[in-house]
Amino acid sequence: MDTLELKKQKAEEVKSVTISGGAAVLEAFLAEDVDTIFGYPGGAIMPIYDALYDYNERVKHILVRHEQGAIHAAQGFARASGRTGVVFATSGPAATNLVTGLADAMIDSTPLVCVTGQVFAHLLGTDAFQETDIINITTPVTKWNYQVTDAKEIPAVLAKAFHIAGSGRPGPVLIDITKNAQLQMFEYSGYTKCNHIRSYRPKPIVRKKYIEEAAKLINEAKKPFVIFGQGVILGKAEKEFIKFIEKGGLPAAWTIMGMSAIPTDHPLGVGMLGMHGNYGPNLLTNECDVLIAIGMRFDDRVTGRLDKYARQAKIIHLDIDPAEIDKNVKATVGVWGDCKETLPMLTELIDQKIYPQWLQQFKDCMIKEEAKVMKEELNPTKDELTMGEVINLLNELTKGDAIIVTDVGQHQMVACRYAKMNQSKSNITSGGLGTMGFALPAAIGAKYGAPERTVVAVIGDGGIQMTIQELGTIMQFKPDVKILILNNSFLGMVRQWQELFHQNRYSFVNITSPDFVQVAKGYYIDGQSVNERSKLKGALETMLNHKGSYLLEVKVGKENNVFPMVPQGRGVSEIILCKEDL
Amino acid sequence: MQKQEYTITVYTENQVGLLNRIAIIFSRRKINIESLNTSPSEVDSVHRFTIVINEFEEVVRKLCRQIEKQVDVLKAYYNTNDEIVWQELAMYKVPTEVIQEEVKVERLLSQHGAKAVVIRKDYTVFEVSGHREETDKLIEVLEPYGLIEFVRSGRVAIIKKSDGFHNKLKEFEYREPGEHAVENEFLDKNQEVFSM
Repeated sequence: MDTLELKKQKAEEVKSVTISGGAAVLEAFLAEDVDTIFGYPGGAIMPIYDALYDYNERVKHILVRHEQGAIHAAQGFARASGRTGVVFATSGPAATNLVTGLADAMIDSTPLVCVTGQVFAHLLGTDAFQETDIINITTPVTKWNYQVTDAKEIPAVLAKAFHIAGSGRPGPVLIDITKNAQLQMFEYSGYTKCNHIRSYRPKPIVRKKYIEEAAKLINEAKKPFVIFGQGVILGKAEKEFIKFIEKGGLPAAWTIMGMSAIPTDHPLGVGMLGMHGNYGPNLLTNECDVLIAIGMRFDDRVTGRLDKYARQAKIIHLDIDPAEIDKNVKATVGVWGDCKETLPMLTELIDQKIYPQWLQQFKDCMIKEEAKVMKEELNPTKDELTMGEVINLLNELTKGDAIIVTDVGQHQMVACRYAKMNQSKSNITSGGLGTMGFALPAAIGAKYGAPERTVVAVIGDGGIQMTIQELGTIMQFKPDVKILILNNSFLGMVRQWQELFHQNRYSFVNITSPDFVQVAKGYYIDGQSVNERSKLKGALETMLNHKGSYLLEVKVGKENNVFPMVPQGRGVSEIILCKEDL
Repeated sequence: MQKQEYTITVYTENQVGLLNRIAIIFSRRKINIESLNTSPSEVDSVHRFTIVINEFEEVVRKLCRQIEKQVDVLKAYYNTNDEIVWQELAMYKVPTEVIQEEVKVERLLSQHGAKAVVIRKDYTVFEVSGHREETDKLIEVLEPYGLIEFVRSGRVAIIKKSDGFHNKLKEFEYREPGEHAVENEFLDKNQEVFSM
């Protein structure tokens, strides 16, 4: 007698087809709506690439020039699109080349699924050609990783990988597949998405008690202050967040990762936090009475010295990752949950309010910062160009609609300080890890993630030289990426520190550059270089109006510093506006 | 606040590589593991780690959160020594002739609750289970009589207050578990500012 269960099984058996492990990987991608893969083939991943040959019309594969480029491109894709980025790389050196990107994605919570090839299972542990223990190497820099040695595991493991990468606090997942499993033919009976793992709780049940406590603190506050991070963007809770601050009349400052979650010109947006953030948000962190942290993790670049950080304030911390609550800063009320759910609950309980005097304090700080820092940075009286004026002109031309991808260093801080952004997911940068070389490949990925948007990669002369080979990817696949190099002929941020804290002892910060325009030409990419104010606007217009990718090098002042600055080891209210304040 | 001994109990899936994932949470922070034991738990398919470290409570609390954050970890608990019942197993290899000749040794062994595991012409192996101090004491006692080899296992511990993991696991298996399973053990305990 057939039970219902048995009948179901039989029906499934009939449906199953024999396919290879490699094909099963691509079937999984199709089921997960993956349309773009960034990768580089090699010996141990050849069966997957062979299968890809047949899937070529349904999945785009972007051949990068280095595996680090692949993973940063996938990060850019994920950050611009809000979807999971996908990477292919072979075993050994290719897999180890992914490590920097994995670490970057881990600390910046970027959803990625990386598939690496591995030597045949029977060769594991024999020091085979291009064998490396990538599972153990990547354990600290992945949210989850797994080695597949049998093709039958592939559908379920990839389903788990996509579920883990994209849910809860997102992060990178690496799946290592031995070559025998890729080649193995097996009975494939379809792909089932994973939405539950018993040991994994991506989404906690929100406890009302904590929402009520938080609302009470906010309603009693005289000087409430909201600080928010990328959690708002990752949680797709931008609208909920704006409703929350608008109802409560709450001034809100962003971390570098949270930037663009609200339009940068929102009346309640008071600027950026952090070491080179705005003056007001840093200074007044130590004056507010209730500090409401949303989807951020109190990084040391945000808090400065912890024992001088917001000691006077009651702290509400909303985060989806319970390990972040109380990690660096003790929360008076910790609200563990997805801010897409917690924010509306909180909004409902808080009073409609405005705090004109309190907001005025932020405005007064801004006036001071404008006079002491911004005026000279944005409208310099000196002949040499400043990074600030370049970004300022760029704002004027893009009207704040472009995606700005930045690398790491002075140009990154300046771009994030001055760029205008109207919509979410406009700021793509390496925040937590500070990976030089991130911007160029990430910009390529961002263009695939958001093809309808203008993508401008702002990069320093140091960072571009770390992944300059990705110009080759642009040459071949022609994503429309505008490359803006701010060249100060120095490793500027290190030089700034050497000037301020190491008595001007410039130790190996003097970096020379090739003729970037000629290099771009070699890759059939148009470009020009400017060093005069009179030509700057025209050059930026040419770049933005150019059909296809364009490289613009702007030679800026060599020894400009980024201010304000919270010097390392000091509290946020000890922020300085110029060198003389040090 | 002082450093003291804590026993961390972790319920996990039985997964290759998980030991490494848990171990690096400690090594990354330069925290020495005093003892580590893995074994099956009261629930089929669920493994149990027992880890002993010497640390401040706030550090241990944060470590537990980091452990629990791992995808294949079901739950992590930490306890002080008075909240658990615990044992370590030690084995001692001594020359058999000493025991034959010296009546005193035999008496000492029985005083310490030692049981003979193997008796051979040339040597005898005894085992003792108990707390660290107890097993240490027997080393001292046996050393003058020519202790040949000594080994001690990691700690195994039973949490006095625990009701076992059967019910918790059932909750974990539900798609929409009750508060019982998803509660964060630590959200209510916030007295000190951390510095790690």
